Amino acid sequence: MGGALVSVLVLVELDGGEPADASLRALTLARSIGDVRAVVFADAAPQNALAGYGVTDVYLVESSSLEGYAPQAWARTLAGLAAETGATAVLAAGTDRGNEVLAHLGAITGLPMAANCTLVTPDEGKTHRLVRHRWAGLLLEDAVMEAPVALFTVATDSVAAVSAETPASLQLHVHKPELAEADLVVRAAESPAGAGGASLATARVVVGGGRGVGGPDGFAPLEELAELLGGVVGVSRVVTSEGWRPHKQQVGQTGTKITPELYLACGISGAIQHIAGCASAKHIIAINTDPGAPILAHADYAVIGDLHQVIPALIEALRAR
Amino acid sequence: MEILVCIKRVPTVGGRIAVTPDGQEVDTRASGFSISPHEECAVEEAVQITERDGGSVSVLTLGPEAAIEQLRGALALGAHRAVLLETDGREFGPIATAAAIAAEVRSGNYDLVLLGNEAADTGDYQVGVRLAHELGWPVATGIKNLSLADGGVVARREYRGVEEAYSLPLPAVVTVKEGINLPRYPSLPGRLRAKRAAVDRSSPEWAAEGLRKSALRVPESGQHQAEVLGEGVDAVPSLVRVLEEWGVLS
Repeated sequence: MGGALVSVLVLVELDGGEPADASLRALTLARSIGDVRAVVFADAAPQNALAGYGVTDVYLVESSSLEGYAPQAWARTLAGLAAETGATAVLAAGTDRGNEVLAHLGAITGLPMAANCTLVTPDEGKTHRLVRHRWAGLLLEDAVMEAPVALFTVATDSVAAVSAETPASLQLHVHKPELAEADLVVRAAESPAGAGGASLATARVVVGGGRGVGGPDGFAPLEELAELLGGVVGVSRVVTSEGWRPHKQQVGQTGTKITPELYLACGISGAIQHIAGCASAKHIIAINTDPGAPILAHADYAVIGDLHQVIPALIEALRAR
Repeated sequence: MEILVCIKRVPTVGGRIAVTPDGQEVDTRASGFSISPHEECAVEEAVQITERDGGSVSVLTLGPEAAIEQLRGALALGAHRAVLLETDGREFGPIATAAAIAAEVRSGNYDLVLLGNEAADTGDYQVGVRLAHELGWPVATGIKNLSLADGGVVARREYRGVEEAYSLPLPAVVTVKEGINLPRYPSLPGRLRAKRAAVDRSSPEWAAEGLRKSALRVPESGQHQAEVLGEGVDAVPSLVRVLEEWGVLS
């Protein structure tokens, strides 16, 4: 690179006005590559938080430019800013929106896009070496990307959010993107989602139920235990494909990825489709009749036994405390 | 409504996943193959739409000849016609995949193309979007609810506790996620029909892409054996002690 500045453009999503946790992780990875410029679609930018993560410039795209989330318009905006700032890489968090916007950016520019990277290293010339998730992180792919601008998203469960040693002095730019009418055809109309208690994705404790629960009527003790522990119930894929519980409770590759302090996996064998969803739990305890169940290779502790006996006894013991 | 559903043949992985000695592929010596889960739901969604409103469902896969097994699986669920874009075993990247599908779409008369949000194996998260750009069609991704309205479709998903609704004029591309429906089991007549059905074939060109796989590997973390606290209800006191130590009982 011969001392030339490597400039990285990062799409930052907001959560209650502050950078979303997933975006902080993306900013952390971006800082390991070069100077970081951020793009925020909102009416105000969280300048202190961004400076704390080493962002030198933030481009604020106000909602008067585009009403609501419009993925292609966001991508068009990133394409314009990438050219304007001479970015050698554009990245986003590997969220639904991040992956979608970067896919649009790849299609608009004709460049390759690598989803869910855990490591990106600029190499000679126009190449980056990278490591990315396949099978929702059950496998890692070592890959080489050769492109004038590298596009990628960051696997948010594999990169920690670490602030910069010293905050950057940050410059704010209000940016008006040049958009075509076609960029605004697909636009989100937003309304509050249906009521849904504590969120599975952010729950501190998850009590998981699998085939061993036996049927749709077997979940009451799991619900009771979850409530006692201040948590929620999650289930394996077999439970949702049998129609025992709604899909939104599924933990797994095709369901929700969870990150609780405790995951109590009851009657769950541990197919890797399920492990992909619970591997980021801090602690895992398995309750299973089969001491050879694959879940035991991922758990800290196991109780060998029937969940229909162990869970009521555990509830009793907790209530007696 | 004429609907094209794109599916992918992927290994059915159970309790563990392993890589071939050359590091290039998933070791499938001990596994079968199935339709990538999101895409199985895409097939079901298309079949439900045509059952309600008429039309037909074509199902397409890009893969080796063996992927006919997955095409027949989709026919057994109620798809009417199957297309194999046959590869020589090389992995097509997302750009070449989208281009190959676009050629099939242009040769047909489709109103709607459904795909999975991402393939279970490669997880590229982009084929549907690239296809839409190739065709100049609108696209919505990650959809959990789809309905027809006023000559278009309304596609819904959730984002951070907010429901997003996208109104798309047709023709359009929509990528769906598992949970949009509960796929049916194939019926016996369906399976018989699938067995006899003809499969249209073509062989698209493989092309190199800017993102190149070097090797696959299993991450090093996690594999160990749990410490067994005990058997049955006798283990409950130790279980409570562990929960106390971890500070999850507050």
